Amino acid sequence: MIDPWLPALVVLSSFLPGLVIFFLAEERIRLRTALNLIGAFAKIALIGVMLWGVLNDHEYVFRHTVLPGLDLVLKADALALLFVTLSAVLWLFTTLYAIGYLEGAPNRSRFFGFFSLCVTATVGVAMAGNLFTFFLFYELLTLATYPLVVHRGTEKALRAGHIYLAYTLGGGALLLIGTVWLYGVAGQVDFAPGGTLSTLTPDTAGQLQIIFLLLIAGLGVKAALVPLHGWLPMAMVAPAPVSALLHAVAVVKAGAFGIVRVVYEVYGIEFAQSLALLLPLAIAASITIIWGSLRALFQDDLKRRLAYSTVSQVAYIVLGVTLFGPLGTLGGLVHLVHQGIMKITLFFCAGNYAETLGIHKVSEMDGVGRRMPWTTLAFTLGAFGMIGVPPLAGFISKWYLGLGALEAGMPWVLAVLAASSLLNAAYFLPILHRAWFRPPSTAWPHESIPQRGRWETAPLLLLPPLATAAATLVVGLFAASDFSPLDWAKLIADREYLQWTP
Amino acid sequence: MTDFPDPLPWLIVLPLLWGTLAFLLGPGRGGRLAIAAIALQGVLALQLAGQLLDDGSRVYAVGGWGAPLGIDLMADGLAAVMLLLTQAVALPLAVFARGYFAASPKGRELFWPLTGFLLAALNALFVSADLFNIYVTLELLGLAAVGLVAIAGGRQPVTAAMRYLFATLLGSGAYLLGVALIYGSYGSVSLAVLTPLLTSEAPLAVTLAAALILTGLLLKTALFPFHFWLPPAHGGAPAPVSALLSALVIKASFYLVLRLWLELFAPLATVAAAQLIGALGAAAILWGSWLALTQTRLKMLVAYSTVAQVGYLFLLFPLATLVPLGAADSAVQGGVMQAVAHGLAKAAMFAAAGSMIVATGRDDIGRLGGVGARLPLTLFSFGLAGVTLMGLPPSGGFSAKWLLLMAALESGQWWWVAVMIAGGLLTAAYVFKVLRRAFLPVAEGDRVTRVPRTLEFSAFALALAAILLGLFGAPLLELLAVGRAA
Repeated sequence: MIDPWLPALVVLSSFLPGLVIFFLAEERIRLRTALNLIGAFAKIALIGVMLWGVLNDHEYVFRHTVLPGLDLVLKADALALLFVTLSAVLWLFTTLYAIGYLEGAPNRSRFFGFFSLCVTATVGVAMAGNLFTFFLFYELLTLATYPLVVHRGTEKALRAGHIYLAYTLGGGALLLIGTVWLYGVAGQVDFAPGGTLSTLTPDTAGQLQIIFLLLIAGLGVKAALVPLHGWLPMAMVAPAPVSALLHAVAVVKAGAFGIVRVVYEVYGIEFAQSLALLLPLAIAASITIIWGSLRALFQDDLKRRLAYSTVSQVAYIVLGVTLFGPLGTLGGLVHLVHQGIMKITLFFCAGNYAETLGIHKVSEMDGVGRRMPWTTLAFTLGAFGMIGVPPLAGFISKWYLGLGALEAGMPWVLAVLAASSLLNAAYFLPILHRAWFRPPSTAWPHESIPQRGRWETAPLLLLPPLATAAATLVVGLFAASDFSPLDWAKLIADREYLQWTP
Repeated sequence: MTDFPDPLPWLIVLPLLWGTLAFLLGPGRGGRLAIAAIALQGVLALQLAGQLLDDGSRVYAVGGWGAPLGIDLMADGLAAVMLLLTQAVALPLAVFARGYFAASPKGRELFWPLTGFLLAALNALFVSADLFNIYVTLELLGLAAVGLVAIAGGRQPVTAAMRYLFATLLGSGAYLLGVALIYGSYGSVSLAVLTPLLTSEAPLAVTLAAALILTGLLLKTALFPFHFWLPPAHGGAPAPVSALLSALVIKASFYLVLRLWLELFAPLATVAAAQLIGALGAAAILWGSWLALTQTRLKMLVAYSTVAQVGYLFLLFPLATLVPLGAADSAVQGGVMQAVAHGLAKAAMFAAAGSMIVATGRDDIGRLGGVGARLPLTLFSFGLAGVTLMGLPPSGGFSAKWLLLMAALESGQWWWVAVMIAGGLLTAAYVFKVLRRAFLPVAEGDRVTRVPRTLEFSAFALALAAILLGLFGAPLLELLAVGRAA
């Protein structure tokens, strides 16, 4: 049977091209591009097959015993596929964008090699079937992203890389302690809908609470929960495609997704609620949401502003996880997808401004909408989505988060959501106002890609953000139809609640 | 002894033969012969492992005499694992050494004969069945190793070699004294004869003997605070020698400590002694890693990393002594796994460091810029070896750490967990110190030349083996279990 090998193949579909790319000479651009695209499309095709299977209650499990009592498990279940599909599709766009972005830059083989490894790690994180496998890919993600963060090799980049490593390896260490401890207490257990720990004897409850804290702290570093978020704004020195990867596809998502897994499929949402673990996490997420937005207000550097916005937005996912009840789950899970699509659009656009006109700061953006209308249109859609304007993607997320808060009996969360939306508007609308309504300044800081006919910038830089901006609109408009992210999240939420009666 | 040829004696005779032949061939010759012979030794070690898995551990009587008159060779799972490790590390290193000495001929004259004797001593040590034979192999091993440190000549290496000679002789002296005391008490040096005799009511002289023997061996393993001799010796020798010493030679005395502690001296083992050894291990991990982090020379950094990694080996003693059986098993497995993983990874790391030094023409971490661009495979190998040493999955180092961590939690000794995690983070710090330098563009006025392919690929093979060990470690543990009381 080929079934068990499908999850492994999904991982290999970016790993093998990545390995080959490392050894390609710099000038073999066509072969490198071909390898990248073959890997990306093969991955999407494999995922398509599994999506169809999982919809029909099929599970794809790959299992390899590393040591007695320690299995490497890759499993494509509904939750895994939500994240895998997101990262595979966005990876394709990011690869295209990166090809355009890095044209003529040095060390591209190294860049794309690690880029592929990074996606390999991400899909591994998504499909990990137990905590050990998750940890393996979580650490691989750290190692694969480090060279991307320091890619430019400047003093600033190296310092950011240093901070990044210190945070993420420290987080990894906490995750490892938690994992080993849990294996010691509960033995080896695979992720399963509804969790597996509720069968343990009640005297382990205290240990389980400490382990939860360790695991969440370890994951919270990558998910950039306050106060573990310091690395994310620093990492802004990385090239734009890497930022897109860090913020939308891979790193922060891996952390948030890990929290989803731990709460739902290790502890089980109902058991976590009974251990009184959800409320503290909800408070931490709320603080992160407000703090991130507040900090974003005061950033003049566009990418830094977006980074703090990520801090805030990713915490929405965590907040949704902690709202006890299927509607909250739905809101959190669907935001995992929606935030990715919106944030990648915004970073693509920020990269376009920087590459085309040399604009790095919000204060330099006056009138940029006239020079780059399409990019600015995409940026506008992303920003409105983040604020939560209907019918865009972000609105759907916030709607279900709000309903979930009521269902969970935590109405104060509504205040957090409202405050955060106001803050989102307060840091995004001035940008849009500058871009569309202020007169352009006499000269751009550093115009390096001239207007060519209709093309305001290089085609490979323009098309990916337009596509993802369109997606922001589409997933919002058609949220109620079959196969939308919302529909898929419903499928997962239905399977997570074992004894739920509203 | 129905199999012909029996792999056990040939694993000792073969390296002696090719070592002698290489000496007769003349200075610097015999590399190709050595590679072929080591490959054959590898086949023999595999054959022996297969026999053990099928029929359990076994004894070979040299010349058919048998103990107590003749000499016995004894092989169980633990010995077989060490034999496999030795040949698996030696083969890529021999390929590496041929390329290395072609590019940097200093010290090539005596490398092959001494390596032959070194491997013969190692293989003999692993299968020795009595305390006196072990002494002989230890001395031969020590002398071959000291010779290898000195082969490059020059003041620094010779000073380091003298210091190493002093340490190794002191260690074997203490060991021999202990053996004499035991012989005085029981009238035998055969492990098989002594093991049933030695009980917890043993006379004071025997306890003293055990202390002397173990201290001597710890000195040879360079466990903190006996590590003073290691960095100059391992950091000063030519790269292939450093790799052999760090990967294999110190493992030999560790192997003896482990075997004696678990078998002959098991009745004497106390929690206090075990905790003391563990504490020295912990100090080695933290102090060695810290010193590695402060080095400016690449090979010294790698050498201090050995000081630190040796510490992990000794964490197994508190975790395996007078604790529940499951924890003890897991601790021994973790310790041996660490010995194997470190052997492969450290050989890879020294080999990669050697290539970088050949390429940049100097041993300076600050001047590694350009290595990432010119020697990507070498840097990648260094990184992979670093992953094993940090204990990140998937790697043999992670499997080792996992087993040790499980043992620590199962036996309720959480303080070792903290040490292991802190050690992992410090390791990451010094590994990335090298990697981030090597990623930089080449500095003004520096040149990075290419090195022969064989140098790059042999280091890569070793590093890859350390990683694969993490994915396919189960058979090794199965072999280790042969002959150990379950």
